[in-house]
Amino acid sequence: MYARAFAGLFLRDLYVLRRELFPFAIRVCMNPLLFLFVFTYVLPHMSGGAAMNPTAKMAGSGGGFGTVLLPGLMAVAIMFSGIAAVALPLAQEFGITREIDDRVMCPLPVWAVAAEKIVFSAMQSVIAACIVFPLAYYIPSVPVQAHVNSWPFLIVVLLLASLVAGALGLTIGTAVKPQQIGLIFGVVVVPITFLGCVYYPWAALKPIPWLQFGVLVNPIVYMSEGLRAGLTPSAHMPDWLILAMLCFFLVFLGWRGIKGFYRRVLG
Amino acid sequence: MIVEVRGLKKVYGSKTGVTAVDGIDLNVADGAIYGLLGPNGAGKTTTISICTTRVLPTAGQVRIAGVDVVAEAPHARQYIGVVPQYNTLDRACTISENIFFHCLFFGFSRPAAKARTAELLEQFHLTERAEAYPAQLSGGLAQRVQIARAISHRPRVLFLDEPSAGLDPQSRIAMWDAVKGLRHQGITVVMTTHYMEEADELCDRVAIIDHGKILVEDTPAALKQSVGAQKVYELHLRDQPGRPELCARLSRIEGVSKAEQTGDGVRVLAHGADGLLSDVVSAASPFGLKDMTITEASLETVFIQLTGRDLRE
Repeated sequence: MYARAFAGLFLRDLYVLRRELFPFAIRVCMNPLLFLFVFTYVLPHMSGGAAMNPTAKMAGSGGGFGTVLLPGLMAVAIMFSGIAAVALPLAQEFGITREIDDRVMCPLPVWAVAAEKIVFSAMQSVIAACIVFPLAYYIPSVPVQAHVNSWPFLIVVLLLASLVAGALGLTIGTAVKPQQIGLIFGVVVVPITFLGCVYYPWAALKPIPWLQFGVLVNPIVYMSEGLRAGLTPSAHMPDWLILAMLCFFLVFLGWRGIKGFYRRVLG
Repeated sequence: MIVEVRGLKKVYGSKTGVTAVDGIDLNVADGAIYGLLGPNGAGKTTTISICTTRVLPTAGQVRIAGVDVVAEAPHARQYIGVVPQYNTLDRACTISENIFFHCLFFGFSRPAAKARTAELLEQFHLTERAEAYPAQLSGGLAQRVQIARAISHRPRVLFLDEPSAGLDPQSRIAMWDAVKGLRHQGITVVMTTHYMEEADELCDRVAIIDHGKILVEDTPAALKQSVGAQKVYELHLRDQPGRPELCARLSRIEGVSKAEQTGDGVRVLAHGADGLLSDVVSAASPFGLKDMTITEASLETVFIQLTGRDLRE
């Protein structure tokens, strides 16, 4: 019975997403497309072909800034999808439309309704990452070095990162007042992106120790480092640490998010 | 009893401690249309929200078809249909998709959900608007879609929270017809309202509720009977200090069962005796009778007799 209700919710979300596939793809593409275009195509052309970023040399033999960006931008796409798929709609549903009420009336435990949001968002995150990959691979003027050492590791990282993004979206969506959801972009999303080892590998922060350790509380760090480890020959954190921290954030944010969800739907 | 409520209590906020529901007991028989009548803030919506698993009670127990709504909430929801005060239709889906997916949530197979959707669209005269989106619907139509969706999984009880709030008179009557139609399908209806006409017109039994407590519970006819009068004369006077004396005089007129002071005059409860009107008017004239209204005794009269207040206050 629970499985069917869960499948019903998932099917409804899939159906609505299918109808909005085009806006979804645009939303996913726009940020990485412009970023890659300016930083790995336009700027290198201006400065005569040299990669601008000092961390580019850490990307391994011959890889440019593009190699650093490939996993980073995939991580950003994954995180953005989590916010866009869960936090924004949830803020609206709690605040204005109360559509959530009909979902909560399903013959399902309330936590399962919240879990469905995370799982569906994770699916969108995986799709978003897959859309970003070819962009980040083909646009940079300096060829990108991409190589998969271990498929199981990459797949596990991708799934964990996507679930963490969904849990993050749920936590934000339930913790923030609907009127303040716009603020979240400036106050939460932008900082965690810029300080998420997206545009530089974590190891490159060595000269700034307080920052290198400070960013460890940011879940995006483990998403980008995980994909960096899985996809490129760049320097990266130890694999076990990445997996352990992604699991930790999934449990922590999932717990916070579901707790927040209970608080919002039950009086 | 399809709905059993025992000693229900709800206190909001641990510190401030606003008591919304203060020890309610209810029994709703299978197939009945049951009304909770009371002013805004009486605790009706909280009671319904607890019954529909959306609010946790502070104390007490609710069973729907024998299933405890707190301990076995997911199971209880199968027997419950809800139409809340606000429009909760899925804005991203059409009318027919709203009903179709709701059926899927409740474990219907796709063909069964399709068939059920078509059946309900037909029953609620929505077939023409099946492909419209909720944002394109008028309030009355959206209300009808919500009712159709709420009963699509064949619940045993349908909870309607202030179903006619914000509806125009015509939509209200259409909604009443829809609710009456549910009786033939064996669906029990529990509704809240602060419109006494609505409770009178629709409900088999009514509980009058105020400050989180049930004041009285009976059939509308018996409740009206309990007032002991058929007519209510509201007299508005210029001469305020004379009210006690006027009350005493009016009480002596044959056919008058009660005369009591109100804010700016006197209220007379009376049996519909011939010639009573002129007796009342001639008694009140010396006290500066400004204006007078005569109404049939209604559930509103019952409420006023019980609380000394108007339902709309």
